[in-house]
Amino acid sequence: MSRDAVITAEGLGKRYRFVSRTAGTTVSDAARAALARVRERYARSDGKERDWFWALRDVSFEVSAGEVLGIVGPNGAGKSTLLKILSRITDPTEGRAEIRGRTGSLLEVGTGFHPELTGRENVFLNGAILGMKRVEIERKLDEIVEFAGISRFLDMPVKRYSSGMYVRLAFAVAAHLEPEILLVDEVLSVGDQEFQQRCLGRMDEVAHGGRTILFVSHNLAAVSSLCTRAILIQHGNAVEQGAVDRVLERYVASVREDERTSLRTRSDRLGGGSLRFTGLEVVGESGSARTGDEVEVRLEYEAESELRNVMVSIGVNGLLGEPLFLCSTQLTGEHLRAVPRTGTVVCAIPRLSLMPGRYSLNIYAEVNGVLADWVRDAGTFDVVASDFFGTGQLPPSTHGHFLVEHSWSLGGELVAPETRAASSP
Amino acid sequence: MPVVVVEPRSGWAIPKFAELWHYRELLYFLTWRDIKVRYSQTLLGGAWAIFQPLILMLVFTFAFQRLAKIETGALPYPVFALAGLVFWTFFAKAVTQGADSLVANAQLLTKVYCPRLLIPAAAVFSGVIDICLGLGFFLIFAAAYGIYPSWQIVFLPLALLLGFLLAIGTSFLLSAINIRYRDVRQALPFLISLLLFLSPIAYPIETKLLAVNPLVGIVELLRWSLVGGLPPGPLELGLAVTVTSGLLIAGGAYFSRLERVFADVA
Repeated sequence: MSRDAVITAEGLGKRYRFVSRTAGTTVSDAARAALARVRERYARSDGKERDWFWALRDVSFEVSAGEVLGIVGPNGAGKSTLLKILSRITDPTEGRAEIRGRTGSLLEVGTGFHPELTGRENVFLNGAILGMKRVEIERKLDEIVEFAGISRFLDMPVKRYSSGMYVRLAFAVAAHLEPEILLVDEVLSVGDQEFQQRCLGRMDEVAHGGRTILFVSHNLAAVSSLCTRAILIQHGNAVEQGAVDRVLERYVASVREDERTSLRTRSDRLGGGSLRFTGLEVVGESGSARTGDEVEVRLEYEAESELRNVMVSIGVNGLLGEPLFLCSTQLTGEHLRAVPRTGTVVCAIPRLSLMPGRYSLNIYAEVNGVLADWVRDAGTFDVVASDFFGTGQLPPSTHGHFLVEHSWSLGGELVAPETRAASSP
Repeated sequence: MPVVVVEPRSGWAIPKFAELWHYRELLYFLTWRDIKVRYSQTLLGGAWAIFQPLILMLVFTFAFQRLAKIETGALPYPVFALAGLVFWTFFAKAVTQGADSLVANAQLLTKVYCPRLLIPAAAVFSGVIDICLGLGFFLIFAAAYGIYPSWQIVFLPLALLLGFLLAIGTSFLLSAINIRYRDVRQALPFLISLLLFLSPIAYPIETKLLAVNPLVGIVELLRWSLVGGLPPGPLELGLAVTVTSGLLIAGGAYFSRLERVFADVA
């Protein structure tokens, strides 16, 4: 173990029994379980392995002081179990971890909030639950209230709060926790966009304050900007750890792999279904999409009947899910008036100005103003490098997602703002 | 720098007293929450702590004095009954809420770490204010009958402490069982009613065998300290102390043993 490690985990594992929550909680079940145990002991049957599953297995890592470690992985991979073990909420089944320093864990915002109590009372209660001292809470009360923006409602029972106010207050308390080590689960996925940004900003401040943070999130953009290192957990195992970019890349690649279920059979879609997308491809002049190519996005669909007035949108996102641009029949004013029962909708992009890399698509259709089909991450496509500027040059990949046509010249002076405004029509 | 080691544990454990002390403010806040919540949006608030035993006393006076002709010696029956009922109201509520506390606060088990013993403890602590109000009312009520406490009132704190510790020990035990087997929830109201009639609340209990119920010694001590009469015998008192400490230790130990799986079964 290195000298400045504040968390050292060795071979952590947690095993759960496959029992439904309702079964196994009455006395008769206990009697049956006891009988089964006795029988097992004498019969030495090996069938019992089937009744157990490992939510987490053989996870080892170290975190140094001041490091911000991201923990990523699909739902149910064991990320929250790991945090629960480190928070001492539940014991590991095997392995061992050593934690040096005052630990605060944030697995949920507003734990212990009671609807009958006022905002102020809940701040104190929740603060105490999170391990803050009363004097500490008193000292920070103004700051917390200001962060939440609820000062007018501070002495009102929180059951009369809007859900937004409730969440903001709950997060505000948590955000003012000041332990040496902070364990944070997916708590930023609450509240509106603007508030989420503030929460991330606050996390950033905390991280730069030299605190050690373990951060579980599905928001890969947040992980990539906050964390220096990351661990990828899949099926209970830490399959990759190291520099954050490399881990996220590996994670995204594996997610894409899973998403290869055909568009036709996907069930995670919204909409009435009067029209459904059944296939998708992105093709360029030479087959694959190259930078600067004329590119077509082709959406195959099936409809219940012949349709009039169909609106189709395609959203293009980066690898981390960040929206890049939108193409829509509404934007160009080209409503699809007579649409046959099956066919292909084609969106043509005359000159693809995306940097080489992998992108994902959200697709969306409305029929007569009613949502018909909406699939997020419906598919991915790769953009291959080609000679966009005709010079054989492309910018390094750290310079964003887009290539923009431009030219240079010498001459003239700076145009004053007034004249510029006046000269433009 | 504090080093926390996380690893599998098994077998019996003793509660971590240093940690409990460290979290004393949380006990205060949880207790305070339970009190606030109990009487929020009620018209009568804390007065309920007086009405409940008062109404039961009126019912008992009719049933046990008028109909069953229970003899309470020199002590008027209403005074006899109210002394017991003030304590009973506290005890029954403390144990019911204590036993249910972990289930009701499952969030605290699965989402944060705190010494879980504080949760049933807070449920019992929150009843203390009720018994104080009830006792205050009782003293006024007894004074109306011309009965005043005398020197043996010095034993009142002992009686209250025993009753309090008994409620705590029972709550530790029952709440830990309840988190796994919700049968406790079903059986408890029935068992509590049964216990009422096995304790010297509505009538004196002379059967020595029933003294294994620690409430016999505790309630007799409490009543004697308040209004005099016959003090509890050494057998009743001895059993009350023994059973109470036994339950407290057993409850605390069982709770600490099961505590580590609470988050998995809650």
